[in-house]
Amino acid sequence: MIVSLTVNGEPRTAEVAGFESLLWVLRERLDLRGAKDACLQGECGSCSVVLDGDLVCSCLVLAADAEGAEVTTVEGLGDATSPHPVQSAFVAHGAAQCGYCTPGLVVALAHLRENRPDASPDDVREALAGNLCRCTGYGAILRAAAEVLGRGDPGAGPVGDPDGTRSQGDGEVTP
Amino acid sequence: MSDVSVRRPEVADGVGTSVLRPDGIPKVTGTFEFLGDQHAAGMLWGATRRAEVAHARLRHVDVTPALAMAGVHAVLTLDDVPGHRYQGQKTTDEPVLAEEEIRRCGEAIAVVAADDPETARRAAQAIVVELEELEPLTDLEEALARGELFRHVRVRRGDPDARGEVVVEDTYAIATQDPAALGTEAGLAVPDGNGGLDLWGPTQWTHVDLPQLAACLALDPTQVRVHPARLGGAFGSREDLSMQTHLGMLALRTGRPVKMVYDRTESFVGHVKRHGALMHYRHEADRDGRLVRVEARLLLDSGPYELTSAAVVANSTYFALGPYRCERVEVDGYALKTNNPLSGAMRGFGANQPCFAAETQMDRLAAALGVDPLELRLRNAIGPGDHLATTGQRIEHPLPVAEVIRSVAAIPLPDPLPGPDVDPRRLPGGTGRTSPPGALVRGVGYAVGLKNLQFSEGFDDDAEARVELTPDGAVVHTAAIEVGQGLVTIVAQIARSTLGMSGVEVAFDHTGQIGSAGSTSASRQTQMAGGAVLRAAQAVRAAALERAGGDDLDDAGVWRDGQLVASLADLLADGPLDERVCFKHRPTDVPDADGQGDLHVDFCVAAHRAVVDVDPELGLVRVVEVAIAQDVGRVLNPLQLHGQIEGGIAQGLGHAIMEEVLVERGIIRNASFTDYLLPTCLDAPEVEAVLVEEPSPWGPYGAKGMAELPTMSATPAVVAAIRAATGQPLTRAPVRPEDIVRGAPA
Ligand code: FES
Ligand code: FES
Repeated sequence: MIVSLTVNGEPRTAEVAGFESLLWVLRERLDLRGAKDACLQGECGSCSVVLDGDLVCSCLVLAADAEGAEVTTVEGLGDATSPHPVQSAFVAHGAAQCGYCTPGLVVALAHLRENRPDASPDDVREALAGNLCRCTGYGAILRAAAEVLGRGDPGAGPVGDPDGTRSQGDGEVTP
Repeated sequence: MSDVSVRRPEVADGVGTSVLRPDGIPKVTGTFEFLGDQHAAGMLWGATRRAEVAHARLRHVDVTPALAMAGVHAVLTLDDVPGHRYQGQKTTDEPVLAEEEIRRCGEAIAVVAADDPETARRAAQAIVVELEELEPLTDLEEALARGELFRHVRVRRGDPDARGEVVVEDTYAIATQDPAALGTEAGLAVPDGNGGLDLWGPTQWTHVDLPQLAACLALDPTQVRVHPARLGGAFGSREDLSMQTHLGMLALRTGRPVKMVYDRTESFVGHVKRHGALMHYRHEADRDGRLVRVEARLLLDSGPYELTSAAVVANSTYFALGPYRCERVEVDGYALKTNNPLSGAMRGFGANQPCFAAETQMDRLAAALGVDPLELRLRNAIGPGDHLATTGQRIEHPLPVAEVIRSVAAIPLPDPLPGPDVDPRRLPGGTGRTSPPGALVRGVGYAVGLKNLQFSEGFDDDAEARVELTPDGAVVHTAAIEVGQGLVTIVAQIARSTLGMSGVEVAFDHTGQIGSAGSTSASRQTQMAGGAVLRAAQAVRAAALERAGGDDLDDAGVWRDGQLVASLADLLADGPLDERVCFKHRPTDVPDADGQGDLHVDFCVAAHRAVVDVDPELGLVRVVEVAIAQDVGRVLNPLQLHGQIEGGIAQGLGHAIMEEVLVERGIIRNASFTDYLLPTCLDAPEVEAVLVEEPSPWGPYGAKGMAELPTMSATPAVVAAIRAATGQPLTRAPVRPEDIVRGAPA
């Protein structure tokens, strides 16, 4: 069947099979490989996109059900020349290591910022708890979130302190 | 070192600064092309048919129903392997595709290439497989009794008659942990039109994949180019081949590019895990708390193929005690051959399992002696000039054991137990709102971890790097794999500070372009790839100064007495400035029959303190804070280093309270993120870190490798904290709610 939808502001159509997910169609039919596929079971959030204003796991949405929908993916938030504030904060705080969880987390945090700008640190943790990250231990992600929401998370180290570590060295470095 | 290498503080983004990752923007904007995002024109999709039982005789395979399906281009079995039928990094004992005996659940029986992934998947299922199920060997004691082992590492040191009055003895178990890198295995093989191929697969060391692939595919190594992988994490799980040989076979057979992606369930059987282990320990001390005798017997579950298990069990054995002195040591480590899931490398490489048992023993010894557990550790702590209690190796380089213990203890404790108005998301059980805050118990626990840096036991370890000047700056070439840890940033920082130029980029070369950088593992690339880059950059700088007769180099060119005498373009007009260096660390010994010798290049140490809140009625735990004091040599990038610490702690925390591969009759029962639980951001503790900087005499700018320690002793520290809160023995990790409520089962 043919599905027509709006992706990142542009009208798109794709030939899809009935069993294909929105994630598959975005990645393989529309060439948008930002959203990832770490579990395909709705458990990891790496495939997160915004569908008609709701944050969804695109691996759990049938492409056919996205007929007429408006979809925003990580590619639609910003690019190298004008990154979204969430994207800039992720880079600045080292919140992307391998980066596999990152597209989903960036979409989830941007959605939270838009819909719940007053989210408390605990709200942020709850809102992002569906996005697994195996590399960072979440500290840098929570610091990035605190920056874009303009408030600190007492459990994530102070905002603006990039590393939160105390070093006992004297700072002299030679090869 | 000569003056050409002295750090130039004016260089932007050199060592010691929190330089941001150059691949950060592509990663946050979704344009970074991971393995699974790669495409090639005319590409087919691969799929794998796997065994669903752990031990069987393969009676018959009929591929004709699959071959008959429209859109299927190839269906291959063991008989289609063009060359050597076995692969493996050290011992080649893993069949590329199943032979007559199937030895593990998930063993690949046949592979398919088809027009699209759904057709490939259906074709793989259409293959008729006739099996005669056999009894799987899953019990470690039984495997040992039957002599099913890959390696026995034996350590005997000191006076056999030394005996201590105070004795603590017990058996410990630690479950198999899945590395669970978020990116599953994915890869692409592209025929080059001349009988060879280009291959992108999940790897941590392209040059160790190359000879295995060439042998199995019956190609000359020059016909295969293994490309650096853009991985969604690794943590050890990409040290061994998974789909690479299959991709190569399918691409050669069909003459077309073939791509494969494992889904999460397949991934659970598609990569190695951290060995589950059963460990018996006996510690004897004198009345002053000096360790007199330690006996340990370590059984590691390797699964059916050797892979890296022989080296993993060596690490377990040599680091069986931790960083302590002891008069008499007797350790026997066994890598056992079973029909359980394949185990191999994972962050810490065999040192984590005994760390859990031995650090628990230290706490119990302290309790038996009535001394503070940290005081007991300090009384026994080794340092430079001492000998490792297991192998006898003299510690030559900085190893601040006592300092990390004192430093972690000095970090202020977090706020006391939450009051009645606490947000429930800060409680064990979270929004499930379990016990009232008043019913919680707080516990504090400590653990210390000691590990080797680099490869050991005489392994001839080296790393090659190339630094090239161009009119626009310098380019660092390496085959080292960037797994997400930030090597791409670190080697550029080293090159900048050494060259005196800020314009440095990193090129990740394939096996045909550059020599091996060795594995991205064993905490080794900062020192090994970094050490090679340092020396290549020194050579380029010296050559540039000599060519132009100058005394300084920067992004503009070569200077003499404060005057620019040659731009980069001028310099290169007389030929390229391009230096290639192969860096080796000092050689290590092969162990003697008692496991003695200078087996390791160097060591590193960290101490953790965990603070937990426990709901003792429901057995729920929230880790409030994990503090660490770590020996890092010198900090090259504070932001990245802290990221490694936080990420490593999360993995250690996971193994302490939730991560366990559940196996029955060799079959994984929780092969999904629904059932294999990973820490989420609600589980993330506050992390406090103190970095103890005593420069390594041989690491670039004094740096040591550091990414494994944050995981290692986090697990025993968290369990120790739960033990302190509950009084339960907790001899098994991860701790389950029932262990807290009822006590650990026998
Ligand atoms: S891939 Fe959709 S939630 Fe994991
Ligand atoms: S950065 Fe690797 S999974 Fe999050």
